[in-house]
Amino acid sequence: MSLRPGRLKTAFSAPFLALTTALLLGGCKLTLLDPKGPVGAGEKDLILISTGLMLLVVIPVIVLTLVFAWWFRASNTRATYRPKWAHSGRIEAVVWGVPLVIILILGTLAWTSTHRLDPYRPLAPADQTMVIEVVALDWKWLFLYPEAHIATVNEVAFPVGRAVEFRVTSDAVMNSFFIPGLGGQIYAMAGMQTKLHLLASEAGTFEGMSANYSGAGFSGMKFKAHALSQPEFAAWVARVRAAGRPLDGAAYAALAKPSSNNPVAYYAPADPALFDGLIEKYLGAPPASKSGKGHDMMHHGPGESGK
Amino acid sequence: MNPVFGKLTLEAIPYHEPIIMGAVAGMGLGVVAVFALITWLGRWKWLWTEYLTSVDHKRIGVMYVILGLVMLLRGFADAIMMRAQLALSYGANQGFLPPHHYDQVFSAHGVIMILFVAMPLVVGLMNIVVPLQIGARDVAFPFLNSLSFWLTFAGMVLVNTSLAIGEFAKTGWSAYPPLSEIAFSPGVGVDYYIWSLQISGMGTLLTAVNFLVTILKMRAPGMDLMKMPVFCWTALCTSTLIVASFPVLTGTLALLTLDRTLGMHFFTNDLGGEQMMYVNLFWTWGHPEVYILVLPAFGVFSEVIATFSRKPLFGYTSMVWATAAITFLSFVVWLHHFFTMGAGANVNAFFGIATMIIAVPTGVKMFNWLFTMYRGRLSLQVPVLWTLGFMVTFAIGGMTGVLMAMPGADFVLHNSLFLIAHFHNTIIGGVVFGMFAGFNYWFPKVTGFKLHEPLGKAAFWCWLIGFYVAFLPLYVLGFMGMTRRLNHIDNPDWRPWLLVAAAGAVIIAAGIGLQLLQIAYSIYKRDELRDTTGDPWDGRTLEWATASPPPFYNFAEVPAITGRDAWAAAKEGGLARQPAGPLQDIHMPRNTPAGFLIGLLSIGLGFGLIWYIWWLAIVSALAIFAVLLWRFFDEDTDYFVPAAAVAEIEGRA
Repeated sequence: MSLRPGRLKTAFSAPFLALTTALLLGGCKLTLLDPKGPVGAGEKDLILISTGLMLLVVIPVIVLTLVFAWWFRASNTRATYRPKWAHSGRIEAVVWGVPLVIILILGTLAWTSTHRLDPYRPLAPADQTMVIEVVALDWKWLFLYPEAHIATVNEVAFPVGRAVEFRVTSDAVMNSFFIPGLGGQIYAMAGMQTKLHLLASEAGTFEGMSANYSGAGFSGMKFKAHALSQPEFAAWVARVRAAGRPLDGAAYAALAKPSSNNPVAYYAPADPALFDGLIEKYLGAPPASKSGKGHDMMHHGPGESGK
Repeated sequence: MNPVFGKLTLEAIPYHEPIIMGAVAGMGLGVVAVFALITWLGRWKWLWTEYLTSVDHKRIGVMYVILGLVMLLRGFADAIMMRAQLALSYGANQGFLPPHHYDQVFSAHGVIMILFVAMPLVVGLMNIVVPLQIGARDVAFPFLNSLSFWLTFAGMVLVNTSLAIGEFAKTGWSAYPPLSEIAFSPGVGVDYYIWSLQISGMGTLLTAVNFLVTILKMRAPGMDLMKMPVFCWTALCTSTLIVASFPVLTGTLALLTLDRTLGMHFFTNDLGGEQMMYVNLFWTWGHPEVYILVLPAFGVFSEVIATFSRKPLFGYTSMVWATAAITFLSFVVWLHHFFTMGAGANVNAFFGIATMIIAVPTGVKMFNWLFTMYRGRLSLQVPVLWTLGFMVTFAIGGMTGVLMAMPGADFVLHNSLFLIAHFHNTIIGGVVFGMFAGFNYWFPKVTGFKLHEPLGKAAFWCWLIGFYVAFLPLYVLGFMGMTRRLNHIDNPDWRPWLLVAAAGAVIIAAGIGLQLLQIAYSIYKRDELRDTTGDPWDGRTLEWATASPPPFYNFAEVPAITGRDAWAAAKEGGLARQPAGPLQDIHMPRNTPAGFLIGLLSIGLGFGLIWYIWWLAIVSALAIFAVLLWRFFDEDTDYFVPAAAVAEIEGRA
């Protein structure tokens, strides 16, 4: 595809850059326009390019609306009045043609960008990707680290620059796993696994939340996402191990009970089979050893599910 | 469970909630005041014969509009409470609405604004205008029309009853399972949601059937489809959308009911339930629903802009095809409401592009309104102000919509306040502005006097400025990562924008106040604002060819049509309003209380089903059936107005 975001960006996003800069300088933290990872950066570019392209039509429409309404006002005797004029082939061609061309460009951009920014698309080969399992509960987030055998509530950490594959499910109602500063979100649904690939290219702490309303404790269903240097991350894992209680069946059952505004909690060791078990218990079939990671019903990327 | 009262106990009345009890008392006082006023004026009999039992499309339309405006006040009260909660609830302050109340408020706000404000206003205008514009005496099925209204009324009563008895849904207006399942929502809130939508939805479906038949079969001789006013085209397309989409909602809610009451598992987490199916089905109805609302608004703008530019609508054929294209496309875009549910890139991209394509016919419409003003004589009266406000506002709302149709952008904008800003931008900027334009435009047709112009202009400016002050901050908050349906925030950066948005809501409140004042003052000054011509705007379409208010039979003689803008053509040809000719007997439907009675009984049916008061549900259902049977076997449903009586009414005796 010849649509290179870089070139389009310089051509169309100039007015926005001015506006965004103004808002940013005004002390306004526009998280989505200041992403700290490649996924968010791609989404930001897409927003700016698309808006720029659309303004090519929208600004003239707004200006013409005001100009026509003013110039052709009844009291303006200098304006032409053609009480029968209601058709012009040339104007019709333009009014169908211009939106069509813009939508052709935007449609092409939609096709390429949707594939490029697909939350299921890995950002690095599997051996360089860190897997974190995410469970939405009423009303808190449980994070499971299958390699490190630790678990945390309402806090997640990962090394900066490392691709992370979030495998997301719910053991309650539907939620949406969202870290705006890094980009993207994906629904968390019981009996199913969805995936979101993110990467933080700068160290920092990001706000995380549920973006899909889930009941009384929804407003407090927040977490901090820490992008740490490798040594800091190792220290964080050690801290969780040291402070954590075991996440056994009883501890999980207590955690799964509805509760709001939960403080950060650490668990170690955490059963690495817990996540698959939470999905499989809804499927009505006995846990099969070779089954993948739940049913990946809508996503048909060959070889992607259960990777 | 109690066999007499079902799940209903005295505990269901929220005495301990001063805010709710205050609202209930306010509503109760309002109803009592209206009843007292009617009694004082001695108008009960008049109300019964002229409105409650009326099958006249104009009277039914007026009742729809009144219902919509009253519910606008209720829905807006919810909006003000939400904005106030978010302006206060920061840090240690939890605001004045705890989650169990706040969550009902935003769910009720959505349901009421879409289904009991926008829908009644749209259907009301269609009722008042369509038969007049096509030169018909009434709709095809006048009794069905009365029934439709009273079913909508019943749904409205149920929604408002939930405030005083029990609770409303705490699920958001889309009621996604598993949250709306009995396991997570054991109260009656979701049942109020389900049954008010089921009953009013049935009314909407019957209306659509009625208007499809009316428009296809009852046009005046000579009025081909391509000579119909554009408002009638949009009513036709909207009716098509309703007939195709509302049964999906009915079915989906029925499945949810089976889950909740009979323990089935269509959408539950376990035993093969599939929550994603509900989401798909809900938006299979929900997306066409927004076009059901906005197409008639487009129709209003088309009529207003042509009339006040003193010119035919530019590109009529384009306009019709664009409307038809939007009608079709609105059915193939539903997935854009959940790009983040995990569909593959091919699926997401398909639905994203399909959504963007809708921008083409919509853009064409926009240009056609522009070129209708071009070389026109635009008179900047209140309906035109609403139209211009719409064109500017909707251009922005359309742009943010196409942006969200881009799946890659939606991944960060979905469920954020950007989304809230977007759909209020299109629904307020499109549907609400359209309904207000239509209200000001057709008010003199219905009442015989115009609305007060300066107050109308003041209301418009408050609404327009208030809209931008209230919703532009939400776009910014979306970019700041604030998501919807929060009832408490900790982020200090969000706070100033939420305060600005709350101020915007206050400006809109001033606009609504001015509109109420405009109506009251215009009624008070009706003699000065009187229009005796029946054609105060120098209109172009047939509704202006009869008196204001029109006689109950609309036209003494069915007009003969030779082209578009039939009334403008007739005026050019030097024809008077009522060409003198031998008058004939007019065949008219008789009033019937059947629709009103079924509506009241539907309230009992819904209430019984909501509270598991099975005897009430069964008795109400049997009574509804009995009324229907009585109506079916009633032979005396129509009569002829003798030509002499018509002549007398027309002053041609």
